[in-house]
Amino acid sequence: MSQPHPETTPALVVDSLRKTYGNGVEALKGVSLTVQPGDFFALLGPNGAGKSTLIGILSSLVNASGGDARVFGVSVNRQRSEAMKLIGLVPQEINFNQFEKPFDICVNEAGFYGIPRRVAAPRAEKYLKELRLWDKAFGQAREMSGGMKRRLMIARAMMNEPKLLILDEPTAGVDIEIRRSMWQFVSGINAAGTTVILTTHYLEEAEQLCRNIAIIDRGTIVENTSMKALLAKLDVETFVLDIAAPAAELPALAGIALRRLDAHTLEAEMARTHDLNSLFAGLSACGITVTSMRNKTNRLEELFVRLVEGGRNGQAATEASA
Amino acid sequence: MSNLAANLVAYRTIARREIVRILRIWTQTLIPPVITITLYYVIFGKLIGSRIGTIEGFPYMQYLVPGMVMMSVINNSYMNISSSFFGAKFQRSVEEMLVAPMSHWAILSGYVTGAVARGLAVGALVLVVALFFTSLHVAHPLVALVSILLGATIFALAGFINAIYAKKFDDIALVPTFVITPLTYLGGVFYSIRMLGEPWQAISRANPILYMVNTFRFGVLGISDVHVGTALLVMVAFVVVLSVFALGLLKRGVGLRS
Repeated sequence: MSQPHPETTPALVVDSLRKTYGNGVEALKGVSLTVQPGDFFALLGPNGAGKSTLIGILSSLVNASGGDARVFGVSVNRQRSEAMKLIGLVPQEINFNQFEKPFDICVNEAGFYGIPRRVAAPRAEKYLKELRLWDKAFGQAREMSGGMKRRLMIARAMMNEPKLLILDEPTAGVDIEIRRSMWQFVSGINAAGTTVILTTHYLEEAEQLCRNIAIIDRGTIVENTSMKALLAKLDVETFVLDIAAPAAELPALAGIALRRLDAHTLEAEMARTHDLNSLFAGLSACGITVTSMRNKTNRLEELFVRLVEGGRNGQAATEASA
Repeated sequence: MSNLAANLVAYRTIARREIVRILRIWTQTLIPPVITITLYYVIFGKLIGSRIGTIEGFPYMQYLVPGMVMMSVINNSYMNISSSFFGAKFQRSVEEMLVAPMSHWAILSGYVTGAVARGLAVGALVLVVALFFTSLHVAHPLVALVSILLGATIFALAGFINAIYAKKFDDIALVPTFVITPLTYLGGVFYSIRMLGEPWQAISRANPILYMVNTFRFGVLGISDVHVGTALLVMVAFVVVLSVFALGLLKRGVGLRS
């Protein structure tokens, strides 16, 4: 069998992957996607969409009902051990022995991958230091804060120095400062050549970090494209305007939906191509002074909601007409 | 690194982790069984045993010791593996091993090694305590060693299978309470089955623990209620069957993978 070339072989090819659980729930309905080597890839979807099932199959914790996935050309179904050597997993739930020491958790993890202690010990020190956990390395893991535990899971996932790092909502419940330090670390790993797949509910994270994106809903991929191409699809923008004094009446402006949020705040929704001058001119004509302005929501969040809701409305319409 | 070498590292990692765990919580893993068995020695061996006299030519205290050691070994190897592996399932740290590239035999043998280590450690402590009450001359050291290793391994494997099927902590307490303890007490630990009439003697011969206790007793005292060669073969067969069964469960991911 010829060996795949890591530089040219996709980091991940998911091919018609299906999963039906014993209770009949169809979590994945033939999912296919490709992640290129070196990519920082976002896998987004609402709760129950199938993200964790897909990650479970990739990490061999869930048995697929059909289809296959290949990690750098290695089949997860047929060459499980070889495929697992290439993957590092940071799961959604804390899943280490809380009574062990963080240092031991990392060294043992390396041992499970066949890495001897003399190699694993300095590696554990390196990653625990990089993730600012070295001062906690020899205490009990259960005494660490939630953010520290999440960073420990990243350090643990790095022990086999994976070519593909999968992060399943790694920043859930983590404060902004720690979240930023985590992303700094993961971005560095990615820049050094590791392919990263990220699932998160913080969409601004995905927008800032990821180059490509797939959105999954109800076990189906509803979008799979580059972040740039996806954001370009956003044709409407919503602005929040703070005004100097309460407005008695709002002007009717062509192409702009204007509404009052409270006495000192207005919301304006308009096409991205629409000029802002007409908005300000209309408000000025009514004696309304705008003191500041900001985007209402994260752009990706707006698209995400539309894609998911659009898909569901379409499915409902199809079912109704059937 | 070859797959075998990598699996040996994984095996050593699990075995070492298990032994570290046993030593870390030694007040739960090593001391309680020794206290319990010491009480058995005092009450049954000294106080009541002095009135019983001899069994098969040995003072009752001496007759009791091999059964006590085997009882401690099988109980502790069973409890160690069932609580440790179920604990790993319960707090999901078992996923660390399931997502790693190691073979199933490395997982199983790592846990079994830890359980056997605890069984042997407790067995050795119980034996040392026995020396405060009586003198012992080991008649057949090799038989004693092989039988204790086989007994510990059989119950480690059984405990592993129990932990795989267990869905809650109650499930790992059921087997020791309702199966192992009654079989141990009726398995010739405290008496020779030759003291029983029929049909109880025949019924006792269906108890697998009888063979383990008597093989070890043969190793220590040189006496046995059962044929030692047959007993050793049956114990080896148990190890093989339980190992194959446990590996099959791991391969199919029963209780572990969705």
